[in-house]
Amino acid sequence: MPMLTYREALNRAHAEALRADDDVFVIGEEVGRYGGAYGVTKGLIEEFGPDRLIDTPISEPAIVGTAVGAAMAGMRPIAELMYVDFLGMAMDQLCNQAAKIRYMFGGQIGVPMVLRTQGGTGRSAGAQHSQSLEAYVMHTPGLRLCMPATVYDAYHLLRQALEQPDPVVFIEHKGLYALREEVDLDEPPPAWGEAVVRREGRDGVLVAYSRVVHHAMAAAETLAGQGIEVSVIDLRTLNPLDFATVRREVEKTGKAMVVSEGPMTAGVGAELAARISEECFDFLEDPVVRVTGEDIPISVSVELEKGSVPGAELIEETARKLLA
Amino acid sequence: MTTPAKAGPAPATPVTTPAPERLPLYREMRRVRTFEERVGELFVRGESAGSMLHLSIGEEGAAVGVGTTMRDGDTFTTHHRGHGIFLARGADPRRMMAEIGGKETGYCHGKGGSMHIADMSLGHLGANAIVGGGIPAVVGAGLVARRRRSGAVSLAFFGDGAMQQGILYESMNMAALWDLPVVFVCVNNQWGMGTRIDQATKATALHERAAAFGLRAETVDGVDVLAVRAAAERIVGAAREGRPGFLAIDCYRFFGHARKDKSPYRTEEEEAEGRRRDPVSRARDELLAEGVAEEELDTLDREVATEMDAAIDYAIASAEPQLDSMFRDVFAPDQPEPEPVRTRIDRVLARD
Repeated sequence: MPMLTYREALNRAHAEALRADDDVFVIGEEVGRYGGAYGVTKGLIEEFGPDRLIDTPISEPAIVGTAVGAAMAGMRPIAELMYVDFLGMAMDQLCNQAAKIRYMFGGQIGVPMVLRTQGGTGRSAGAQHSQSLEAYVMHTPGLRLCMPATVYDAYHLLRQALEQPDPVVFIEHKGLYALREEVDLDEPPPAWGEAVVRREGRDGVLVAYSRVVHHAMAAAETLAGQGIEVSVIDLRTLNPLDFATVRREVEKTGKAMVVSEGPMTAGVGAELAARISEECFDFLEDPVVRVTGEDIPISVSVELEKGSVPGAELIEETARKLLA
Repeated sequence: MTTPAKAGPAPATPVTTPAPERLPLYREMRRVRTFEERVGELFVRGESAGSMLHLSIGEEGAAVGVGTTMRDGDTFTTHHRGHGIFLARGADPRRMMAEIGGKETGYCHGKGGSMHIADMSLGHLGANAIVGGGIPAVVGAGLVARRRRSGAVSLAFFGDGAMQQGILYESMNMAALWDLPVVFVCVNNQWGMGTRIDQATKATALHERAAAFGLRAETVDGVDVLAVRAAAERIVGAAREGRPGFLAIDCYRFFGHARKDKSPYRTEEEEAEGRRRDPVSRARDELLAEGVAEEELDTLDREVATEMDAAIDYAIASAEPQLDSMFRDVFAPDQPEPEPVRTRIDRVLARD
C-alpha cells in the first residue's frame, strides 16, 4: 500500500473531484498560484487553471458568500478559509446565509458547497491562528461538519462532502498535514456520517475526533500495557453525528470519556457528554468525563500552548482514574 | 473641504532638512532594520516561538516616517508586520524580542507573540493577526479623543492586503462622517502573502478610495523617509484638527511573507529591483553625500547592532512563562480564573 500524507490525500481528493466534475471549483486566498497556505492545493492550478483555482483578495465574507451564490446557481464550490479563526470574518455568510437558505426559503434550493479550513494548535501561531471553533459550526442548524483524523478520511470525507446536498464545513488540523500513513484509497469508505471504532476495549470508551484521536490511541496503547482496555471512537463527522456507535460502545463498557482540543465550556465534548448522560443513563457507572482544551485563549509560548490542550498523557491519566 | 487626492506617489522631496536633524531618522530606521534581522536570527537559532514572523524589512521609511510624528497620548493599532512601527514609536526591543520568543519578560508575557505585541502605555492598542482586525478600534479611540477633547489622534496601520477587507470601508466612512481625529495608514509593500497588489484589485491608486469617503488622502514614496514624514505631518496634523485622513506608503517587502516563505511566486529580478528601493541605504547615502563622516555612521550602526544583540541575549536568557500563568488575564485580575481541566477532572472523579 502506498504511503501518503494527510496533505497529499487532500490534494488528491481535490484533483479527482475537479477532474470528475466540471462544476467543482476552488476559491480562496492563495489557493491557486501559491498552492494553499498549507500546500493542500499545490500544483492543481497547473492542471485545472485559474478559472477553477480562483485566487481571491483577502476578503473572507465575500469568499464564502461567493461560494454560497455559486452553489445556489448550480456549481460545486470548495471555498477555503486559510484559518478557521477567520470564520469570525465570514460568520454571517456561513451561519446566516449558507445555513439558513434551504430552510427559510421553504426548501426551494440548497447550498451544496464545501467550506474547507484548518484549525488547532501546534505551531505557536497565537490566539488568532490556533483555535478549535467546531462548536460554533456544530451549534448552527443547517451545517454539516467533518473533521478527519486520518489520511484515508481526509481523502474520502472530502470526496463525500462534495456529494452532499447541503453546506459542509470541513475542518482539517494543522498538526496533521505531515501525518504519513499507509493507505489503500481504493478500499470503500464507511457511509457518510458513520463513526469508526479505531480500537475495541471492554473497560471504557474514549470518544474523539480530529487530531486528538491520535492522542486517544496512544493513551489506549499505554493503558493496554497496564491491563486496561478501552475503545476509541473516531467520530469523523460531527454533523451528522453517529450517536448509535457511541451508544453501543458506552452500553458495552459503562464508562465514557469525551476528548476534544477545543475549550470545554459549551464545546463539542459538552454536547457529547450530555447526550451520553441522557441516552445511556442506565448503563453508566460513572460520570461522563470531558478531557478538553482549557477555557482560555491559546498562547504563542510553546509551553503555554502545549499546556492549553489535552495530550495523550492527560487522556491516559484521566482514564486510569475513571477506570480504576 | 475634501482635499483632492494626488494622482500618485509624490515626487522625491528635495533634501532640505539639515543632516543633524535627519540623523535620528536614519538611526531609527537602522534600529528597525537590525531588529528585524535579529528576529530572523532568533528563528534560525530555534529560539522564536514558531515561524510566523513577518519581517518589515523594506518598510522602515513608513514605520519611522509616521511613527515619529506621533505624540504622547496618541494611540495606534498595527498588523502582523508591525514590529518596525512599534519600535519607531519607542518600544523596548528587549521586551519585543522576548515576546517573539514567547517569554515571560515579553510585552504580553509570552501570550501574544510576534503578531500581538502591544504596550498600552505607549498608546499601542495592539498588533493583529486578522487582516484588518485592528482598523475599527481607531474609530473608537478617535471618538473618545474627540469627546474628551484630548487632542490625541488615533492611527491604524495595515498592509495592502487589508485594502480588500470590508471593515476598512466601514471604518473610513464612519471616521469621515463624524470628523474624527483618525488616520488610516496603508503600508503598501506590494504583496499580500503571495498575491501582488494588482492581482488583488483593479483599483491600485489606493488613496482614491479613501478620498471617495471624504478623507484627506495621499500616496507617498516609502523609500524617502523625509517625504513620508512630511506627508504624515500633513495628514496627522489635519486629523488632530478633526479632519481624518489616509496615507498610502509605497514600499517593497524584501523577504517572504513569513519566515518559511521563500517567495517562489515572484522573480529574482523583481526582488532585486524591489530591494534597490531601500529606505535605509538611501538615507545613509544621502547623509554621506552631505558630508557626514562614514565613521560616524559606522559607529552608529555598531551601537544599534550592540543594542539589538542585547535584545536577542535578553530574549534567550529570559524564562518561559510559568504554566499556571495561562489561566491569568482571561478576565480582569479580581475575577476568578477558569478552573483547570485537570483540577476539574480530579474533583469530578473524587466523588463517591
